[in-house]
Amino acid sequence: MKKLRLIAGVLVLGLSMAACGGAKVEDDSAAAPSASAAGSAGASAAGTVKIAINGWVGYEASAAVVSYLLEKELGYKVEKVTLAEEPSWQGMESGDVDVIIENWGHPDLKKKYIEEKQVAVEAGSTGNKGVIGWYVPEWMVQKYPDITDYKNLNKYADLFKTSESDGKGQMLDGDPSFVTNDEALVKNLKLDYKVVYAGSEAALIKAAKQATEQKKPLLMYFYEPQWLFNQVKLVKVNLPAYTEGCDSDPKKVACDYPPYDLDKIVSKKFADTGGKAYELIKAFQWTNDDQNAVADDITNNGMSAEDAAKKWVEANTAKWQAWMPK
Amino acid sequence: MVSAPVQVAPPVQAPARVRRLPRWVAPVAGVVAVVALYVAFRGKAVLPHDDDAAVFHWLNDARDWVDANRNSSPIFLYVVNYLRLGVSEIYTLIQGALVALGWPGLIGLAAGLGWLAGGWRIALVSLAGFAGVGVLGFWEASVDTLALTLSAVVLSLLFGIPLGIWTGRSPRVRRIVTPVLDVMQIMPTFSYLSPIVLLFLIGPASATFATMIYAMPPAIRITSLAIQRVAGVAVEASESLGATGWQTLRKVRLPLALNTIMLGVNQTIAAALSMVPLVALIAAPGLGVDLLRALARVNVGAALIPGVAIVLLAIVLDRMTRAAAQRRDGGGRARVVRWGGFAVLTAAGLVLTPVLAQEFPEQWHVQLVRPINDVVEWIETHWYTFTGFVNDVVAYGLLNPLQDVLTSAPWWLITAAVLVFAWRVSGPVAGVIAAGCLVGVAALQLWQHGMETLTIVLVASVITIAAGLALGVLAARSRWFAAGLRPILDAAQTMPSFSYLLPAVALFGNGRFTAIMASFIYAVPVVARLVEDGLRAVPPTVMEAAKSAGSTDRQLLWKVQLPMARGSLLLAANQGIVMTLAMVVIGALVGAGALGYDVVAGIAQQEDYGKGLAAGVALVLLGVMLDRITQGANGRRSPHKKRNA
Repeated sequence: MKKLRLIAGVLVLGLSMAACGGAKVEDDSAAAPSASAAGSAGASAAGTVKIAINGWVGYEASAAVVSYLLEKELGYKVEKVTLAEEPSWQGMESGDVDVIIENWGHPDLKKKYIEEKQVAVEAGSTGNKGVIGWYVPEWMVQKYPDITDYKNLNKYADLFKTSESDGKGQMLDGDPSFVTNDEALVKNLKLDYKVVYAGSEAALIKAAKQATEQKKPLLMYFYEPQWLFNQVKLVKVNLPAYTEGCDSDPKKVACDYPPYDLDKIVSKKFADTGGKAYELIKAFQWTNDDQNAVADDITNNGMSAEDAAKKWVEANTAKWQAWMPK
Repeated sequence: MVSAPVQVAPPVQAPARVRRLPRWVAPVAGVVAVVALYVAFRGKAVLPHDDDAAVFHWLNDARDWVDANRNSSPIFLYVVNYLRLGVSEIYTLIQGALVALGWPGLIGLAAGLGWLAGGWRIALVSLAGFAGVGVLGFWEASVDTLALTLSAVVLSLLFGIPLGIWTGRSPRVRRIVTPVLDVMQIMPTFSYLSPIVLLFLIGPASATFATMIYAMPPAIRITSLAIQRVAGVAVEASESLGATGWQTLRKVRLPLALNTIMLGVNQTIAAALSMVPLVALIAAPGLGVDLLRALARVNVGAALIPGVAIVLLAIVLDRMTRAAAQRRDGGGRARVVRWGGFAVLTAAGLVLTPVLAQEFPEQWHVQLVRPINDVVEWIETHWYTFTGFVNDVVAYGLLNPLQDVLTSAPWWLITAAVLVFAWRVSGPVAGVIAAGCLVGVAALQLWQHGMETLTIVLVASVITIAAGLALGVLAARSRWFAAGLRPILDAAQTMPSFSYLLPAVALFGNGRFTAIMASFIYAVPVVARLVEDGLRAVPPTVMEAAKSAGSTDRQLLWKVQLPMARGSLLLAANQGIVMTLAMVVIGALVGAGALGYDVVAGIAQQEDYGKGLAAGVALVLLGVMLDRITQGANGRRSPHKKRNA
């Protein structure tokens, strides 16, 4: 009898839990606004926008300007979450990220988070044109004119040898999280090179400056828009031309990177409830030169991201006023 | 003129030769055999790195399954997701409370607690420490870090102390729990980020879990020790008076063990704080974020300042809990003073909160980034030839040849050599475990990267142990040197290791040697301390006896002190190696490659997820292997804690 009651008790408990339906991860987002409200006691009532900050300064420049406008013009509070690219997408699911302000391609992530899980949506182009590729300092092209063709790279592999490259030429890459096919490229183009990861954008920039000033050979992964091109001359190495779909299998890639139309991604929740903040982010669109100006101020002119954004905003009123929600 | 004595016979005679093979024959034969086999089989049965291994795909599939079932599988709906919600609620609660106090309120509360724990001195330390964090310009990030640390510590204690009591009272439980704790502490903290993110996604909840794994073992171990130490007489007296087991625990055991348990709290807090930089990789807010960003910008100044803020928090919490752990006597009046001071200081802070500005006043900030970077720039431009030379010497002289050997030797030969070596040094059990770990690395298809990591760890350990030994010996022999060295070691030990990475990058550029230098700074203090303690512990009577027998200083060191301090030296080596492993992995962030890179990439790129997870497991295996080889030689390790990240 006693046992029976126990079983009944367990059953009731089980049923009541089933009635609750368990905890889904999105439930978290319901808790999030209360959290941010407690965190920003006294701030304006407009709400909080969580912007992911990825690891290159161009991204930060865009994020700085958008944050500045959100805070100063629309009265929002902005929380910046420093993250690598893919965890930022995951943050859309967990409720830690509302906005990715500069996205480079990532068709696989778009498929997973936008189509399948439906936790994110596209919010249009940033207006920036992205280029990824292999670069050498300009002096090398003057000295070895045929180096810009990938077919000649093996001839020069010895030049690029370092203590880290296992007796092969060194191909310097940046952060492990950046979009890169370089290991596959080296393998599939049968290049006598080893991909070495410097760890960050800043490390790449440092290497580029050193290679230019001290005339040291360097082959590296780099990208535009980037303020560095205003200071240091780099020349792109020609890989086999990009054709639609030639990079669809990441293990078999043997062609150059596609041209990127950089875009914005926001979480589904933010698109539905973000109000004016969402409208502003959707409308935000500028040029590579705009971004480089702000990025240059942050990196080389010792300005904080906020000051650099302020400077740009004050000088370009017409541009940003067009983004403002009516 | 008196002629010098021809030659003083060494005081310690070599043992008379016995008619059997000399002791060096077996090891030399072993080495010769290994070298011969290596030459014969070089390049055969090597396991080249394959990005596409079946294990990785399998793990990727597992990840995809979890992703697809996160909101439908009952395990997630009723267990994992609730854990995540609960923990993130705790964090939000603590963070909200700390923010609501306002900065004057929190400083007042800290000073009040300091007063309560240890009088005006500690109150002053708390006041200065918390105000200092604000002056450095990191108030908000520090509050987030504090909230994260406190939630992890509260949870660690909530589970750790009862578990510790249980372990303390039952030898059987102890036998089960101890090896688990061992693994939790040997495991490089990097290696469990991936699985935790898979279960709990990114954010403060995951960060709290990751911190708990590292911070809980000290709480359990020290509580268990405290309970075991409670005198049997007191327990018997209580039982003979008819107290129930629960009453004895509550009224006798716990009060008697309380001071030691407070030390456990102290260690738990220290361990939790050391995780701050690492959990920033999985989107935990706080000072770690600033450290990571500075790392990405190669900005030494910007990385040092949040490092200093973490140190300040660590000092305050350490002094507070340490003072609280000391047994206090005193009557009712002392108690009134204690609580009165606490109330006054806290109230003063709270009253100021509405009066003063919401945010920590910006004009009180001190700008240190620029001057630090000027110094760094000067060093970079002027020392570059030298540092580049050092980097190349170590890379071409040590790292590359060793790596060549390890990656070109057949995997079975290395495994067999490790088996025999570990067996001889630490016994058969250690030998089998160590070899088993290597087989595991091979089975995970990460043999080559595992050997590359091992190369870095071995070279870094050799450099670290040699330097630690030299420093420890010098410190043991000269009080002046010891006094001068102590503050430097203290600073190196409290500073979060992420902060060292950048000066190392500034000096040596990106690469393996940078990781080695960073791990050197991180691990040398512990090695030097253990060596010094060991040498100082040699009984003075033994020293006197040797001196009166005419030993020179040199003989004293080599024939008496070092042999007698063998236990401490082995422990120093063990700690040096394990800490180096923990740190070298972080070097992946500045281009050291190998398994550490796989782990970082696994967090950052979804097709690398499986490889990253496997690499994390491989790191654990390497850690256990190195630990077993080095620790068995002299029994159990002392409860000395390695610090991490």
